[in-house]
Amino acid sequence: MNFSHIRTVYLKELKDLLRDKRTIRSMIIIPMLVMPALAFGVGSIAKNVYSKARAEIPSVMILGGEDSPAVLAELRRSKKFRVVPTVADWKHSISEKKIRAAVQVPEGFAAGLAAGTTGTVVIHYYEGELKSGFAAAELEAFFRGLRERTVQARLAEHNLPATLMRPFETKRENAAPPDRVGGNALGGIIPYFIIILCFTGAMYPAMDLTAGEKERGTMETLLCSPVARVNIVLGKFCMVLTSALASMTLSLLTMTASFAIGGALWGGGGKEAGVSRLNLPPIDPAGILGVLAMVLPVAVLFSAVIFTVSLFAKSFKEAQSYVGPMMVVVIMPAVVGMLPGIDLNVRLALVPILNLSLVCREMLSGVWHWQYIAIIFGSTCLYAGLALAWAVKMFNREDVIFRA
Amino acid sequence: MIDARALTKTFPDKKRGPIHAVDRVSFHVNSGEIYGLLGANGAGKTTTLRLLATLLRPTGGTAVVSGFDIGTEPEKVRAQVGFLAASTALYGRLTAREMIAYFGRLNGLEDAEIAVRTGRLADELDMHAFLDRRCDTFSTGMKQKTSIARTLIHDPAVMIFDEPTLGLDVMTARAIVRFVHECKARRKTVVYSTHVMSEVEKLCDRIGIIHGGKLLAEGTLPELRARYGEQDLEEIFVRAVGGDPL
Ligand SMILES: Nc1ncnc2c1ncn2[C@@H]1O[C@H](COP(=O)(O)OP(=O)(O)OP(=O)(O)O)[C@@H](O)[C@H]1O
Ligand SMILES: [Mg+2]
Repeated sequence: MNFSHIRTVYLKELKDLLRDKRTIRSMIIIPMLVMPALAFGVGSIAKNVYSKARAEIPSVMILGGEDSPAVLAELRRSKKFRVVPTVADWKHSISEKKIRAAVQVPEGFAAGLAAGTTGTVVIHYYEGELKSGFAAAELEAFFRGLRERTVQARLAEHNLPATLMRPFETKRENAAPPDRVGGNALGGIIPYFIIILCFTGAMYPAMDLTAGEKERGTMETLLCSPVARVNIVLGKFCMVLTSALASMTLSLLTMTASFAIGGALWGGGGKEAGVSRLNLPPIDPAGILGVLAMVLPVAVLFSAVIFTVSLFAKSFKEAQSYVGPMMVVVIMPAVVGMLPGIDLNVRLALVPILNLSLVCREMLSGVWHWQYIAIIFGSTCLYAGLALAWAVKMFNREDVIFRA
Repeated sequence: MIDARALTKTFPDKKRGPIHAVDRVSFHVNSGEIYGLLGANGAGKTTTLRLLATLLRPTGGTAVVSGFDIGTEPEKVRAQVGFLAASTALYGRLTAREMIAYFGRLNGLEDAEIAVRTGRLADELDMHAFLDRRCDTFSTGMKQKTSIARTLIHDPAVMIFDEPTLGLDVMTARAIVRFVHECKARRKTVVYSTHVMSEVEKLCDRIGIIHGGKLLAEGTLPELRARYGEQDLEEIFVRAVGGDPL
């Protein structure tokens, strides 16, 4: 290894790549535009849709209940929904979204209430539809209220205390410190973004510096120089790694900034309308440093693997056809890591990418399982080292470099 | 000085079986001498020269280039060699000056030395007009001149040219041929591959006729004329490779 040679190769590749308009476009401008657009766009759309759905007073129909006029009158008086005249094919009206729900009041409902018997009120709605769900919830709340009052009246009638039917109450209270809540809500999505950004950041230069050079015929020129192959590989590899880390950092910065701005714009209104806040909740700052440290070997792993795979290709296009499908292999474990309920154990700590996703989630919420962190860092470094050694080995194989 | 001894390269090929691209080729080139490798398409010229430049490793035999063995000291060999082929392109996004400087640094030269040598090469090759332009804007001739400057920046003792006039117009081709002569005047060892007979006649001190990976005949032009009883190099070539392909 000769560091001056590695540096020479690295600086040349850096200059070359920065002059490539395609690089600037795919690695800097697009992430810097896409991330804010995503944050602002998704934020405002989500807020609009949700608050509109909330603001609408749903139309409902009443089925039956002619022998319970008091209940029907009370339903009609409610401000939470609007009772519209019943039609025969009310089911069709629900599926056509002309009305949001229909409530079926059983025969003899009011009489049953007075007599102390039981009955079932059926609420028909469009499952999975947001606005219909709201309407059904309002109808349910209405009948829950009615039930409460009925119970109270029955107890009073028999001179029994109100606590008879409610011997105790249960209540949930959040005991996690605030930063852990933030870590868990966003902890899944941040590693996912980091992994993908890291991969896409390495992708373009890795293909350009290998298959692209072969295609343009500069690889043979470079190999004519007396520099040992290992130094060429390392110089090029450092460039790929730089690009992976730089593009990831840039995207994360713009993403954080746009979420913070978006949160400030919509966070307050969103909360009133019942939307969870869009700005970043507090994250353990040590967790961020931890994540960055853990990402490093993964970035090395990605860079080396994409580099080597592209080395086999004769053209940039061919390299794309190899590296494109690899994206799925990377996204899968990243997505699995986002799923709730999957926790780190020794076996999962050895699965590359997935382990990063899981440990990042923990670190961002301020949980430090040092033994897992050590296993994950160690194993990923090992994988990264093997991948890099593979890259050097393949670069020395003439049937890879001079593929006929 | 180049000394090739039974140099052999066999490419494995799953479909066609092993390809003997270079088959026990031996020749010797002294410094101040131009050796012409004459062969048809697929004769094994490029492969032979790539072996000498250590871009490929031989499957048999060896060669000594400027005192270093291509098998055991490839990096030292490459430091002695300037290799120019149709397949050695320029970095399009670098300027000619940057391209030359890059190869100067890869050869371990200091920046001050590179600047001096670049100026001198630009004088000799008449490159000043486009020295600071990006290579992807160059004409074929400008590219070839830049490539030559790139191969010469470390002042190698051995120059290897693989069909350097391919695709060039007459004027540019003549400039290259003149330049190869210049290398000889500076006592460099030159190997020059081509399938153009006239270039060989004009340029080469000794000629090797290669066909099917084998070196079939070797000698100065007068020696070859005497051996085959023909004046015309083309006739000699056809006789050497075993007659017209009909
Ligand atoms: N990397 C490789 N893998 C497999 N076969 C190869 C490889 N390189 C060359 N060959 C084969 O070796 C033989 C000699 O090729 P070579 O390129 O040396 O010929 P050449 O004399 O330079 O021809 P040309 O005039 O076309 O440049 C050919 O049959 C070619 O197909
Ligand atoms: Mg050739």
